[in-house]
Amino acid sequence: MAANTSVRVRGLRKSYGEVAAVDGVDLDIHHGEVFALLGPNGAGKTTTVEILEGYRERDGGEVTVLGADPGSAGRDWRARIGIVLQSNADASELSVQELIRHFAGYYPSPRDPDEVIGSVGLTEKAGARLRQLSGGQRRRVDVALGIVGNPELLFLDEPTTGFDPEARRQFWHLISGLAEGGTTILLTTHYLDEAEALANRVGVIAAGRIRAVDAPADLGGRASAPATVSWLTADGRQSVQTDTPSQVVTELSARFGGEVPELTVTRPSLEDVYLAMIGHDQAGAAESAPGRSPAGTGAAR
Amino acid sequence: MTTAAHAAPRTGVALPSAARLSLSRTALELKSFFRRREAVVFTFSLPVVLLIIFGSIFHGTVGHTGVSYRLYFTAGIIASGIMSTTFVNLGISIVLEREDGTLKRLAGTPMPKGAYFAGKAFSALIIAAIEVAILLGIGIALYGLRLPDSAGRWFTFTWVFLLGVATCTMLGIAVSSIPRSSRSAAAVLNLPYLVLQFISGVYFPFSTLPKGMQVVASFFPLKWLCQGLRAVFLPDTLLAAEPAHSWELGRVALVLTAWLVGSLILCLRTFRWQADR
Repeated sequence: MAANTSVRVRGLRKSYGEVAAVDGVDLDIHHGEVFALLGPNGAGKTTTVEILEGYRERDGGEVTVLGADPGSAGRDWRARIGIVLQSNADASELSVQELIRHFAGYYPSPRDPDEVIGSVGLTEKAGARLRQLSGGQRRRVDVALGIVGNPELLFLDEPTTGFDPEARRQFWHLISGLAEGGTTILLTTHYLDEAEALANRVGVIAAGRIRAVDAPADLGGRASAPATVSWLTADGRQSVQTDTPSQVVTELSARFGGEVPELTVTRPSLEDVYLAMIGHDQAGAAESAPGRSPAGTGAAR
Repeated sequence: MTTAAHAAPRTGVALPSAARLSLSRTALELKSFFRRREAVVFTFSLPVVLLIIFGSIFHGTVGHTGVSYRLYFTAGIIASGIMSTTFVNLGISIVLEREDGTLKRLAGTPMPKGAYFAGKAFSALIIAAIEVAILLGIGIALYGLRLPDSAGRWFTFTWVFLLGVATCTMLGIAVSSIPRSSRSAAAVLNLPYLVLQFISGVYFPFSTLPKGMQVVASFFPLKWLCQGLRAVFLPDTLLAAEPAHSWELGRVALVLTAWLVGSLILCLRTFRWQADR
């Protein structure tokens, strides 16, 4: 395994009964990068990540995380990773500070618990009991527990689901800070703006396979895709697709004698590219999901 | 992207010891328990209420032994109090922790798994000790129960109590893997507990139970825990009413130890750190 690789996955497979949840995933995550795994619900994101975290056994393929096989790695390995799970609902009577100090005690070289509480913005709530916190505050406790061990590799599974926009911004700021400190981060999300804001590289997973891996700006040939130039005329809005948008704008500017009314130049958004990528496989699954979910959540709760 | 020095593998720093983390887990469990006021009140009061109700209803002696029936079920309710604080409460609390993700989160940390079980066991031991002290206090104040009067009986009390707590704790942890959700947890854990109470000689003298019931009960730990505690707190004149005319302390130790080892193996093989999907 290359010295600068934190996670290396080759041909990963995992089935639940007849259904192949993960169907031949290859993945490399480098030291110090923020990697976002994007995909619709049921695409295999969580299964993949939980295999990397050592929570699930795989049916086939090679997996190396920080130089070890997560299926058999021990406490030393666990001390080097941090995990923020999708949801925790423990109705604890402990205070934020008590819980985070306690968890710090599990690790050989933890971060300072009070500093961690500060970094997730919970200093004012340090003495509050967990069950008194709002959903967003609880999520920050989850993050604090994930980073208190000072991990080299941090897993974040849909970390901002249920956050309000301001809380998401604050959270992004926290994650960027960790990344600048050298922590490798594997993030799963279905918010495209989140991936775009945080990730150095994005992997799109659909139907158990990686469809593309690239920098968010380059995904699916985004950077080189034709741009759309649009402006307003007396006859209504006009638009052209072009590989030379600057030239088009210059010509328009000359024609209008300066400002072009309501000028926009756009390239395909990450969302356009993403939806095109997953559209084929997931259209059916996405439609059937709402019908299935009431029974599903009923059984899980 | 820079790879800062702190992201390099850290070696040479020892992991915290399992013994220290077991203590830290115990402190955390106790803190969590005693802060749940209603849980504390109900845990401690259930056997107390039963003891007082039975004491108000029943009088007389056990057979022709001259031993007060009230003393008999006081010893039994102490045994059943041990089982309710360890087996039932512990089992239900683990089902809840599995369902709300607490266990999964712990499994993702370098905490040694044994520290979790040790924390459960030691906290259960302390809670059970408090429960027993309360029941003994009531037994002494209201029903003329006497504390053991010899070193031998104190010794018996110590090992029967410790072995009983250890066995019921492990059994509670083992059984916690059976309920699918917290909604069924109380039912799953209370059924065996209730049945065992009635067939093990908690409320009624064991020798007055139907023979078949006695045979079934003698395969389970509660009967032996009750018998061990009777050996501690009741006079030997009661032996005339014991089925074997002996306290059978060797057999008490044997059966409880067998259940302890069996449930320990079951825990190691079947304990689930995550709820099923």
